[in-house]
Amino acid sequence: MKRILTALGLITSLYVGEGWTRERALTLAGSTTVLPIAQRAAEEFMDLHPDVSISVRGGGSGVGIAALIDGTVDIANSSRPIKTKELKKAREKGIKPVGTVIAKDGIAVIVHPSNPVGELSLAQIRAIYTGKINKWKEVGGESKTIVVISRDVASGTFEVFKKLALGGERVRPDALMLASNKAVATTVAKTPGAIGYIGLGYLSPEVKAVKVEGVYPSKEDVVSGEYKLARPLFMYTDGEPRGLAGEFINFILSPKGQKIVEELGFVPVK
Amino acid sequence: MRDNLVKHLLLSCASLSIVFLAGITVTLFKEGLPIFKEVSVFKFLFGRYWYPTYDPPDFGILPLILGSLWVTLGALFVAVPLGVGSAMYISELAHPKLREILKPTVELLASVPSVVYGFFGMVFLGPLVQRLFDLPVGLTCFTASIILGMMALPTVASIAEDAISAVPRELREASYALGAMKWETITKVVVPAASSGIIAAVILGFGRAVGETMTVLMVAGGAAVIPRSVFQPVRTMTATIAAEMGEAPMGSDHYHALFGIALVLFFITLGFNLLADKIIKG
Repeated sequence: MKRILTALGLITSLYVGEGWTRERALTLAGSTTVLPIAQRAAEEFMDLHPDVSISVRGGGSGVGIAALIDGTVDIANSSRPIKTKELKKAREKGIKPVGTVIAKDGIAVIVHPSNPVGELSLAQIRAIYTGKINKWKEVGGESKTIVVISRDVASGTFEVFKKLALGGERVRPDALMLASNKAVATTVAKTPGAIGYIGLGYLSPEVKAVKVEGVYPSKEDVVSGEYKLARPLFMYTDGEPRGLAGEFINFILSPKGQKIVEELGFVPVK
Repeated sequence: MRDNLVKHLLLSCASLSIVFLAGITVTLFKEGLPIFKEVSVFKFLFGRYWYPTYDPPDFGILPLILGSLWVTLGALFVAVPLGVGSAMYISELAHPKLREILKPTVELLASVPSVVYGFFGMVFLGPLVQRLFDLPVGLTCFTASIILGMMALPTVASIAEDAISAVPRELREASYALGAMKWETITKVVVPAASSGIIAAVILGFGRAVGETMTVLMVAGGAAVIPRSVFQPVRTMTATIAAEMGEAPMGSDHYHALFGIALVLFFITLGFNLLADKIIKG
């Protein structure tokens, strides 16, 4: 019995000790596109401020904003602007979401590296995703069937893609719906006939990005607006970012934070 | 005094699960029923299109119900022969030493987290299925069925094994005394005697597979279409709820529709569990 008590005491003191050294806490949730930026920034921020503990979760932009409205997170990461419906919901709960643009991102349309198609127009992308085109031959490729890969509806990438590329039209019902950027990239990399879309930060040699309207999704063309499928990435806070959340967002906007943004393949805003 | 205290403590533990179940049931009905003010039950259950976030939305869950059923039946094709087979071997034929190794190994399959199964399916089995059958994509109903079958295998095997072990020794001895061989004894005496337990094992395996979420979300491909072949991507009810619940604004039609799906799923699993219970008790 005594031994158990001693052990318990030890564990408790360790636990409390940890709590004392990290007394300021910040929680973030939301977009899987913003996730890598938030995670790297959190690590470096915690190195600089040993008294701070930051927890970062994914879930999708909608999940993050819902959590902000419910008051369970301090910052919601989002790869799309907040919707009117969400704003209304927030106001009912007395929360004023304010978005800060922390980076820009292009949505790359990707195919399997063995696919000879290197360029698509927005009209062709729309025809593929809505089911009017079924074979790669119709857009200058092989006679393979096109495997259309999309994201689930919790995804901000999907929202932006739906708006920019599909003009709000319905994705064909037999499109594969996957739950993360990584899942789309992995599946396209393993499926010769696939087409998918992911944030620039997830591009790798395993997949091939195609030119959209003649423009390759490069950082320069995302900044200049030449590349059509581009979007800002947000961090939403309740009111203007203050306190620890404000410090953290300022850190991401600082040269050091923007360097992280650039290293991860996104486009800095400063 | 002490006995009484312990008794009451244990009673509250036992009744707590009833409280939880009641709470879940009430929530499901409260949040799920409002969708039927927007769409009729018939349109909800038999509608062919699921476009919850478009304007106007479509809340037809037939593709999702069929997706769940196809994947689950496929999983049973994997789990039942393997599960009942291993149960027969472990309880009737295996050397006691081998049994000591086999039984925990099969049960260990149940302790692998489903996300690990999902990752295995997405990265390894999916591409393999795609190459093997020359399909456009490897994330299909077939792939999901194999993985889910592996996951339901321990449920089926351990319950079937319990049922077979519970067959009285006298029956076996009587069978041998009549001159029956080992194989005849197993197939004509032991298995029929244990049949209600084996059927219950199959039904509980069904329940295990139909409720699985993470794995099918990762492996089944997620296309909300009525499946015409097992080599097609499909979308299950559970995967839909998991993928979309985060996005659905609380109190919206989409939100209630997701609870409506949960309600359908609840009735399906409840029905099968009651059935299994009835069969076990005879």
